[in-house]
Amino acid sequence: MANPASIPVRKYDAIVVGAGGSGLRAALQLSTAGLKVAVLSKVFPTRSHTVAAQGGVGASLGNMGEDNWHWHMYDTIKGSDWLGDQDAIEFMCKKAPEAVRELEHFGMPFDRNENGTIYQRPFGGHSQNFGEKPVQRSCCAADRTGHAMLHTLYQRNVFANTQFFVEWMALDLIRDAHGDVLGVTAMEMETGETMIFQAKATVFATGGAGRIYASSTNAFINTGDGLGMAARAGIPLEDMEFWQFHPTGVAGAGVLITEGVRGEGGILLNGNGERFMERYAPTMKDLASRDVVSRAMATEIKEGRGAGPNKDYILLKLDHLGPEVINKRLPGIREIAMKFANVDPIKEPIPVVPTCHYQMGGIPTNYRGEVVIPKDGNPNSVVPGFYAAGEVGCASIHGANRLGTNSLTDLLVMGKSAGDSVIEFIKQNPEYKDLPADAGQASLARLAKLENQQNGENVHAVGDAMRQTMQAHCGVFRFPDMLTEGVTKIKEVAARAERLEIKDKSKVFNTARIEALELQNLIEVAVSTMVSAENRKETRGAHDRADFHDRPGFVNGRDDENWLKHSLWYKGTDKIEYKPVNLNPLTVESFAPKARTY
Amino acid sequence: MKFNILRYDPDQDQKPYFKEYDIALEPSDRMLLDALIRIKSVDDTLALRRSCREGVCGSDAMNINGKNGLACVTKISDLKEPVVLKPLPGLPIIRDLIVDMTQFFKQYHSIKPFVINHDTPPETERLQSPTDRLELDGLYECILCACCSTACPSFWWNPDKFVGPAGLLAAYRFIADTRDQATNERLDNLEDPYRLFRCHTIMNCVDVCPKGLNPSLAIGKIKEMMVKRGV
Ligand SMILES: Cc1cc2nc3c(=O)[nH]c(=O)nc-3n(C[C@H](O)[C@H](O)[C@H](O)COP(=O)(O)OP(=O)(O)OC[C@H]3O[C@@H](n4cnc5c(N)ncnc54)[C@H](O)[C@@H]3O)c2cc1C
Ligand code: SF4
Ligand code: SF4
Ligand code: FES
Repeated sequence: MANPASIPVRKYDAIVVGAGGSGLRAALQLSTAGLKVAVLSKVFPTRSHTVAAQGGVGASLGNMGEDNWHWHMYDTIKGSDWLGDQDAIEFMCKKAPEAVRELEHFGMPFDRNENGTIYQRPFGGHSQNFGEKPVQRSCCAADRTGHAMLHTLYQRNVFANTQFFVEWMALDLIRDAHGDVLGVTAMEMETGETMIFQAKATVFATGGAGRIYASSTNAFINTGDGLGMAARAGIPLEDMEFWQFHPTGVAGAGVLITEGVRGEGGILLNGNGERFMERYAPTMKDLASRDVVSRAMATEIKEGRGAGPNKDYILLKLDHLGPEVINKRLPGIREIAMKFANVDPIKEPIPVVPTCHYQMGGIPTNYRGEVVIPKDGNPNSVVPGFYAAGEVGCASIHGANRLGTNSLTDLLVMGKSAGDSVIEFIKQNPEYKDLPADAGQASLARLAKLENQQNGENVHAVGDAMRQTMQAHCGVFRFPDMLTEGVTKIKEVAARAERLEIKDKSKVFNTARIEALELQNLIEVAVSTMVSAENRKETRGAHDRADFHDRPGFVNGRDDENWLKHSLWYKGTDKIEYKPVNLNPLTVESFAPKARTY
Repeated sequence: MKFNILRYDPDQDQKPYFKEYDIALEPSDRMLLDALIRIKSVDDTLALRRSCREGVCGSDAMNINGKNGLACVTKISDLKEPVVLKPLPGLPIIRDLIVDMTQFFKQYHSIKPFVINHDTPPETERLQSPTDRLELDGLYECILCACCSTACPSFWWNPDKFVGPAGLLAAYRFIADTRDQATNERLDNLEDPYRLFRCHTIMNCVDVCPKGLNPSLAIGKIKEMMVKRGV
């Protein structure tokens, strides 16, 4: 059908926005089923951020000792501080072994045991027998698991003849009057041309938005585009107050040092040379879950026991592992430490600080990868034609705190699950729906505004203001007055982001324009994070509020009576609604909330 | 700090030209990529690709003072001034430091970069001994940055016919994998005066690889297998 501004339209059975681990896994399912599918990515697929994942992918293969998915499930629920939905968690943990083996069959170069099986290393929060002792569950390829996985998935998609649109940036979601999703508008970065990708089903796999913080392990391209697009189209964002601060980012640089270092036996020391984690987590010690370790580190630094001239970092010691283990299992880490911290970990400890790493929240979905929103009294009403998987989605598997290795598992299981759901949906809905008359207009208006803005705001300056505000007001420890002030401040920054100006007017690979568009997405994420964090009056997982700590009667500052629920932030109204946590697994008994100790 | 950067925007420039920048860096600017971002904050028209900023995504390969490398892992303190920056040589320039990698990826795709195994997969993983797995080290870590292929004279002259060091390294990665059953097909695919044999062991590829990989060695191994197969 005609569309007034005559943006060209291409039609596909399905489109996948994002070619990281989750997008590639979903695409593979769709291509293999013979559907006509287009995968859009801002970067060549193997440059997606999944490539940076180091430590491993979690699955209870039991190659190193007894293990089963039920234990994995318990660890994930406990790690999530009971905010995770137990049906989704059961689904992921149960499917994980098959997902990993499938990846091995695709050619993933996993490390091996003597008997030829996949090598697995210990990781934070993963245990045997419901918290009894650490278990080796993280399947890895040295400390380059994400690289090996992303390349393998890309290679398998080459095999399956998946069609890629590389360096195409999706701009906005297209919904019709019923709210059904009909595709996206996108811009070819090389030419600046816009296009409508119309589809029977649209899968978002756009990854995280860790770039809202000044200190982040995330790549530059992790700008929350999927979240921005969803929020602008009226889809609420779930649990945005929950951001994981990884304990070991290189101090000053932000580059990640995998938890696998501690899995292999590395330990954290404070400025006095004390292995302080023994005090905070007597059983799991340095392998307690990430929120616990980050909080302990921040406490040590705050109380004057940091290391270094300014006592502002913690030391990660691994020289006792010996050069052989370091070179074999952690070669990439050694490379990073030498390049970004100027230390050779074979001899010296690495200076580290908790660093923003992962967004637990995102676009609300169920475990089938279908996007669900409250409608007509149903908190989980499916949005026809819309799917999300990977870090952009919130199923919610990770709740208030994700366990290490569980994101890569999520990419595989949820990517495939979303793919399967799409296949089923298209079988039942084989026709294209009509595009609304104004399809694409919002994107064109945004582009025109950016093009014509004069005396506007500098993209870098506004971005810096956003990152500093988030860092100062919404970090590892959160204070009520800082959060209230943070909400005002971040909205001021958001207002500035309405008036971005770029000097570069070229049509060809205009990176200034791309960065401005990315900032518009980041800012939605930042606002939703700050507002949700101010709103949630408890401490849970990664959301640590100083005013809700150790209150008598509340375990770890958690308030299950009032806050065992998901937040849903709406851009339009800037209001927060809630929906219940699903405490009912698919087949096993529920794990009731209890105190969390490691 | 002084920089001399090759600029070209086909939208307005007749041909590429060098632009000089003199920019005050902050103490937190450690790597060349930090400096480029600093430059971009005052001149947003400078175009380059970047993502991971830690040497794993392969986006920001460029020619740095005459040698190919990744901006994000090149220490500013190691660079002579003025720092001369050019796009990777031998590939068409799209704009500024951004080149058209189509040909490079075409060659990568031409070697069938996926494990080929016709057996029905077992219920569990396919077994592989640690020794067999070790064969893949030094091969699978390639980040497809193209530093090597665009430093290789043979690739400059025949980018459409010579697979190039990155593609050949990938070819050997699959040949060396005990799970792959297509060694003969793969060798057939390379048995050609150009695809493999244009490599004259000039070793530029080894010299520039930011991941410390050795495509030349892998190429040598493929050649050896060809010879063995011949007799
Ligand atoms: C340094 C680091 C190490 C990690 N290590 C581990 C680990 O060991 N184990 C683990 O489980 N997890 C780990 N994680 C987390 C995990 O890597 C990520 O959560 C996961 O890779 C995200 O994958 P994804 O598929 O959701 O998105 P990504 O891999 O980030 O891919 C996003 C894709 O979307 C595309 N895209 C985005 N916006 C647009 C747009 N507007 N238009 C078109 N395309 C777009 C991008 O081009 C890209 O292809 C780590 C994270 C970091 C930062
Ligand atoms: S060794 Fe071969 S592939 Fe490497 S640069 Fe020389 S000619 Fe090119
Ligand atoms: S072999 Fe090295 S230089 Fe060549 S593409 Fe791979 S990583 Fe880059
Ligand atoms: S930015 Fe990823 S390799 Fe340099």
